[in-house]
Amino acid sequence: MSKNNSKTRSPLFHIVKRDPMTWYGALGVRIFAIAAALLLSAVVIMLLAQKNPLEFYKAIIDGAFGSVDRIWILAQNLVMLLCVSLAVTPAFKMKFWNIGAEGQVLVGGLATATVMMFFGDKMSLPLLIVVMTLASITAGIIWALLPAISKALWNTNETLFTLMMNYIAIQLVAFFLKRFVKSGSGVLEPMHEYGLPVIADMPYLLNIIIVAVLTIIVYIYLKYSKQGYEISVVGESENTAKYIGINVKKVIVRTLIISGAICGIAGLLLVGGTNHTISTTTVGGRGFTAIMVSWLAKFNPFVMVLTSFLIVFLERGAEQVSSQFRIPSSISDIITGIILFFIIGCEFFLQYKIVFSKHRKEND
Amino acid sequence: MKKFNKVLALTLALVLVVASFAACGGKAEKEEVTKLGLSESPLAAPEITKDYEIKEDFKIGFICLHDDKSTYDLNFINAINSVQDALGLTDEQVIIKTNIPEGSECYEAAKDLANQGCNIIFANSFGHESYMIQAAKEFPEIEFCHATGTKAHTEGLDNFHNAFASIYQGRYLAGIVAGLKLNEMIADGTITADKAKMGYVGAYTYAEVISGYTSFYLGAKSVCPSVTMEVQFTGEWYNVTEEKNAAEALISRGCVLISQHADSMGAPGACKAANVPNVSYNGDTYDACPNTFLVSSAINWAPYFNYIIACENNGEEIATDWCGGIDEGSVVLSGINQDIVAEGTMAAIEEAITGFKTGTLRVFDTETFTVKKKPLDTYMANVDDTDADNSPDTEAIHKDGYFNESAERSAPYFDVKIDGIKLLNEKF
Repeated sequence: MSKNNSKTRSPLFHIVKRDPMTWYGALGVRIFAIAAALLLSAVVIMLLAQKNPLEFYKAIIDGAFGSVDRIWILAQNLVMLLCVSLAVTPAFKMKFWNIGAEGQVLVGGLATATVMMFFGDKMSLPLLIVVMTLASITAGIIWALLPAISKALWNTNETLFTLMMNYIAIQLVAFFLKRFVKSGSGVLEPMHEYGLPVIADMPYLLNIIIVAVLTIIVYIYLKYSKQGYEISVVGESENTAKYIGINVKKVIVRTLIISGAICGIAGLLLVGGTNHTISTTTVGGRGFTAIMVSWLAKFNPFVMVLTSFLIVFLERGAEQVSSQFRIPSSISDIITGIILFFIIGCEFFLQYKIVFSKHRKEND
Repeated sequence: MKKFNKVLALTLALVLVVASFAACGGKAEKEEVTKLGLSESPLAAPEITKDYEIKEDFKIGFICLHDDKSTYDLNFINAINSVQDALGLTDEQVIIKTNIPEGSECYEAAKDLANQGCNIIFANSFGHESYMIQAAKEFPEIEFCHATGTKAHTEGLDNFHNAFASIYQGRYLAGIVAGLKLNEMIADGTITADKAKMGYVGAYTYAEVISGYTSFYLGAKSVCPSVTMEVQFTGEWYNVTEEKNAAEALISRGCVLISQHADSMGAPGACKAANVPNVSYNGDTYDACPNTFLVSSAINWAPYFNYIIACENNGEEIATDWCGGIDEGSVVLSGINQDIVAEGTMAAIEEAITGFKTGTLRVFDTETFTVKKKPLDTYMANVDDTDADNSPDTEAIHKDGYFNESAERSAPYFDVKIDGIKLLNEKF
C-alpha cells in the first residue's frame, strides 16, 4: 500500500537552480526582501513593544546619523568590522574555515597593550609605534599560523582549531590583566599618552584611512595577483589546484599569514588607536560578525563596505531604539535578526526558484 | 494504516498533556498549604521625597554595563525607574543607555548623552571611570557621577564624583542570618560546631569583594563563633557557568551554606539543586529558589540619584565622595525566607540595625577578628589610586579600635586577609 502511494505522489514543490538574473531583477528581489523585513518587524514592534513602527525606524536612523559624533562612531565601528572582515576573506575564499579572527585580533591587541605598558616610557613615540605595529602583526600571524600549519601538515580540522585558539587568547588577556593590574580589579587603566597619532583632532580618522587603504590592497590582491588567483583555485577545488601544480600547503600557510597579519592590524587599531587599554571583550564579537559580512559580500572587499555598513547601522540604531523606548535590547536584536534573515534569505531566491508541482491534484 | 498512526499519536499526545497537568496541579496545591514565604523587609528602601523644584529642561543620563538580565544592572535600573516615577520626570528627561562596555564606548556614550543635553551623567561600572573622567574634562559644565570608582578624591575635577554605599553593613546583617542558620544546624545535629563552614563565590581578589565577604563572615561569626569560610573566585563579574561550578565545588568541599558576590544566577541555582541554603546579593532570588533562599542584601541607588538631582536643581555642589548608609536608605535587605531561617532571626537583625544606627556596633571591630593570630592594631590601606604600583598610603585603623571603611573615599578599601577565611584560588 505504502509503495503504491509513494509512486503516485509528487512533492508539493521542488527547488530548481535558476538562470542568472538580470541586474534589475536581482535588485528588485533585494528591495522586496528589505520591504518585507521592515513590514514584519513593524508587526513585531507593534505586538511586542506596543510602539509606533514609524517612530521606531526614525530612532534607528537617528541612532546612526543623529549627530556629528554619531556619524563618527558609525564610521569607526564600520571600519573596524570591515578590517576584521578583510582579514577573514582570503581564508574563506580558499574555503579555510577560519572562525578564530576574534582571538587573532585579541592577541594582536594584547601585544600592542604589552608594548605600550612596558616600553611606553622607554622609547620615543615613533619607535614605540613601530614596535607596537610589529608586535601586533606578529602575534596575529602566530595565532593564525598554528592552525594553518597543522592543517597543511596533518590535515587537522581548522574550524575547531581556530575556535579553540579564541579561548586561549581570551584567557591570555585575563591572565595579563590579573598579573599586571595591581589593584586586582581586572581593569587596565587606559594609557592615553602612548598610542597611534591623532590626525587633525579627529580620533577615528587614522583608523578610517588605514582600513580604506587596506580594502583597496586586499581587493587588488584577490582580483589581480597570481596569489589571489591561487586562493580562488584552491577554494574551488583542491584537486584541480594540485593538478595544475599549485602547492596547496604553501597557499594555505601563506594565506593564513595574510589573514593573521590583518587581524593583528585590527588589534593594533582597536587597542593602540581607539581604546588604549584591553579587556577580554575588546573585540566585541567582530571576529564572528566579520564572517557574515564577508559571505554576504561574496568576498568582494568593496561590497563588504556596504555589508559592514548595514550591520553597524542596525547595531547603532538598535542601541538608540532600546535607549529611547526603554525596551530590552533583545527586542532590537529580534528586529536586527529579522532584517538579516530576509537579506540572507533573498540571496537564496536569487540563485534558486521554487517550482510547484502541476500534477498534484490529479494524483491525489 | 497511516490514519491509525495519526490517531495513535494524537491520543498519546493528549494523554501526556493531561497527565502532566494533573501532576502540576497536585504539586502546587501541596506547596501552598505549608509555605510561609518572605517576610516584610527588615531594612526596606525608604520612600523618595522631593522637596525641590526641577527645572523644565533638566536631563539626566545613565550608562549601564549590561542590561536588565544582569542583577547588578537591574538593581540600578530599578532605582532609576523608582526615582523617575517619584520625581515625575519624563522619559525624555531620563535617558538610559545599556550594554556599554568598559572601553572607549563609555566615553562615546557619555559624549552622546552630553550632546543630548544632559545636566548629569552617571555610569555604573568600575571600568567606566577613566572614560568618564575623559568626558568630564571635555564638558566642565556637566556633572559626571560614577558608582564604585576610586579616583574622584585625587583627580581634582569639580565635576567628577564617586559614590558607593556602606554595603558591608548589609552583608554583615545577611551574615547574621547565615550564622543563625548554622547554629540551627548545629543544634539539630545536622552538623557539628567545627563543621560550620560557609562557601563564598567572589569575582575578583579586589578590595570591594574582600570587604564584602569579610563583613559577611564577621556577621556570621558574631552569632556562630566556630564558623569558617572558603572563598572561590571566578575572575569575572558575570559568568553563569563559572559561578555555578564554583558553588558546586564549595558544596562538595563540605560548605553547608553559600553566598556570592557575582552577578548571575549561577550560585543560587547550584544551591537550589543541592538544597543548600543561600544568601543572595542585589535582590531576592526567592521566586527562583524558594527552598534555599535565606536573605539578600543590596545597595539601593535611589537615594543617591535623588541627592544628585536635588543638588543640580538647587545649584549646590555634589560631594566628591558619597557613601550612603543605613540612615540614607542606601543599604537595604530583602525579606527573610520564613520557611527556612532560624528562629529569632528577625529580632537579631533588628538589634544589629539599631547598633549600626547608634554607632555601638562596628562591622570591622578589631576585637572580633585576627590576622595571622594577632589583632590588627595598625594597617596602611591603599586609598589613593594615583600611584602606579598601588602602594598603601593611609592609616585605616580608627583610634576607637575599628577599621574605618569608606571614610577616606566612598569605595571600599578593606583588603585584609583575616583568620578563618580560606581563599581557594587567588588566581583572580
